[in-house]
Amino acid sequence: MAARSERVEWGGGGVHWLARLFDYKPFLIFMCLLPAVGLLVVFLTYPLGLGIWLAFTDARIGRGGEFVGLFNYELLFTDRIFWMSVGNTILYTVVATAGKFILGLWLALLLNRHLPFKSFLRAIILVPWIVPTVLSAIAFWWMYDAQFSVISYVLVDVLGWRDTYINFLGDAWNARWSLIAANIWRGIPFVAISLLAGLQTISPSLYEAALLDGATPWQRFRYITFPMILPILAVVLTFSVLFTFTDFQLVYAITRGGPVNATHLMATLAFQRAIPGGQLGEGSAIAVAMIPFLVFATVFSYFALARRKWQQGESNE
Amino acid sequence: MRGLTRRDTVKLGLGALAAGSMLSSGTLRAAVPVKDVPIPDWPIEEGATLRVLRPSKFVSADEVWFRKNTEKFTEVTGVPVKLEFESWEDLRPRTAVAANVGSGPDVIVGWSDDPFQYVDSLRDLTDLATYLGEKYGGWWPLAERYGIKDGKWISIPYGAAGGRVVYRKSWVNDVGYEEVPGDLDGFLDLCRKLKKAGHPAGLALGNAVGDANAWTHWLVWAHGGAMVDEEDNVIINSKETIEALKYGKALYETFIPGTESWLDANNNKAFLSGQIGLTQNGISIYFAAKNSEDPKVRELAEDIYHARMPIGPVGFPTERSLVVNAMIFDYAPYPNAAKHYIRFMMEKEQYDPFLINCIGYWNHPLVAYDESEVWKTDPKVTVYQHIMKDSLWDSYKGSLGPASQAVLADFVMVQMVAAACIGQATPEEAAAEAERRARRYYKT
Repeated sequence: MAARSERVEWGGGGVHWLARLFDYKPFLIFMCLLPAVGLLVVFLTYPLGLGIWLAFTDARIGRGGEFVGLFNYELLFTDRIFWMSVGNTILYTVVATAGKFILGLWLALLLNRHLPFKSFLRAIILVPWIVPTVLSAIAFWWMYDAQFSVISYVLVDVLGWRDTYINFLGDAWNARWSLIAANIWRGIPFVAISLLAGLQTISPSLYEAALLDGATPWQRFRYITFPMILPILAVVLTFSVLFTFTDFQLVYAITRGGPVNATHLMATLAFQRAIPGGQLGEGSAIAVAMIPFLVFATVFSYFALARRKWQQGESNE
Repeated sequence: MRGLTRRDTVKLGLGALAAGSMLSSGTLRAAVPVKDVPIPDWPIEEGATLRVLRPSKFVSADEVWFRKNTEKFTEVTGVPVKLEFESWEDLRPRTAVAANVGSGPDVIVGWSDDPFQYVDSLRDLTDLATYLGEKYGGWWPLAERYGIKDGKWISIPYGAAGGRVVYRKSWVNDVGYEEVPGDLDGFLDLCRKLKKAGHPAGLALGNAVGDANAWTHWLVWAHGGAMVDEEDNVIINSKETIEALKYGKALYETFIPGTESWLDANNNKAFLSGQIGLTQNGISIYFAAKNSEDPKVRELAEDIYHARMPIGPVGFPTERSLVVNAMIFDYAPYPNAAKHYIRFMMEKEQYDPFLINCIGYWNHPLVAYDESEVWKTDPKVTVYQHIMKDSLWDSYKGSLGPASQAVLADFVMVQMVAAACIGQATPEEAAAEAERRARRYYKT
């Protein structure tokens, strides 16, 4: 009966054409996807495309550009500051990500135990992550100040371990390590909380079984914890690499790329050249030069994730 | 607000005059000579509102009096004005975005040569500049340099902050100098002695828009070097520049450690906390000390003295100053209201109290303000009087434009001096690198 009445409705001319249109599956799919696709096109595809186009022009602020082919890249190829920024970015990403992971994993393991005030502790370790970056950057800027650093003050005036204040941001290598430390501090909570979520999905029965077999704590970590959180580790790693690679705020707020360009990352150099310097084309070229690195990070994560099958107990192909 | 007739505008002016003299309460009666020039007749658009963007304050009175004068403008004209203050480093990007997007603040009080980057999208302000110039005895040379492009006024220079030697007199006296010597050798000797006495000098070498640009340009210009010649050919890699860098390196050795990372605020803080005995700065350090709530710091103000920067082998003063220019972009929907706003802020009823309360922090671009009270009461302030009269412009000896702006925004001069000072490069290498970087901008 139901089937019959349905057919009547389909066949009947009395149903509004709009209703029929929305019953048409391909159209419905199209309509449902439209908002998401629209947002992606307007806010992601268009700016990305525009950036890539600008990289091939000599556009300046306040004046449209003409197509110049690879000219911007030729300029960059011989630009010492650009290559220094590439080196800085890689160093910054590798060291900061490694630091965040080691400390973040450690923190996650600690928080996974039964501690007093567990939820409170979990909430407050998120603070570095939720505080606006610029605010924490300003705090670090003060801590790294050449004359008013609290760290120098403690070391020199309170403890007497040093005679001179540390030149945190005035020396190229000091400045690089200072920025990496600030980035690690900021990134730990994200890693820790994500890994903690992964840890909590591991069934306690696995640990019980291991205990019965006489496994040591290290063996339990190596053969149960680590493989079980590997998938989430890969995802968090990818995100962390992407965030660190494209970091801008910390560096811009603390050193503005100084001393003498020694701490420019590709993102800050792109901004410096494009917006204050007005050379939109060249700035875009620097930004576009980041894309291969980012693609590499994404591909890496894809292959890391593809190993999931093996972790679920199937044969390792 | 309905469209204004000429008579209304004149009435507005008179109202402002009355309001101004009420506020001035007797003490501000310095005779800024004014010629009788009628206020131009630009009917304010109906429903006009304004957004004004300017650099953030370095002395508190700057913001206080700018706001006061703006409120007065709203009172007199009925045009609501929204004021925005932007940090020094971010003002250029904000201006750039507004110019590129074609929407943003109606009046932007932007950095020095910014107007020359946006010539095509700026409104012609020749009538406004002519009016102000006629009324207030003309513009100082630096104002004309920054305001005029091809015979047309593209911006109204609002003021300039200039660098002078700021020093602790007692410490300078202690090492055997009565005052700061006016020649380079004497200056270096003084700094060396100050360093030995535990009161080192400190001049910014980080990417400090105001301070680092100020002293590094002075240094190179004083020795006869320049980024470009009169025809905009890059000439920075010269023996004069290398001499300047050698001198800079010797001077750097008398600095307090850490100046490589200093931004605009660092020397102020270090000076006021007694860590350095000499720096180059605007009047903001003296202002802060004089107006401090801490009696100890107020005492310090007694010991703060100012001097012109030493004159090098070129034989004339080579200080650089940071000019701020009021621009109106094409996109501004109420250009007449915007023009009246700039005019109003420059009129003596507003500008004079502003100048006096900022004790000359932003120097006057109009000659008549030379007679302002601010230059007559405190000899320490008088050192700053002629910043717009005899400072050199950013792209000295060449012209102002997108290339000079890019060179400045990319801190080519500052980083050349910094690299040579901290030993990252030899003076020869640093000059060659600066030449390479500057050529790139001047070529395209």
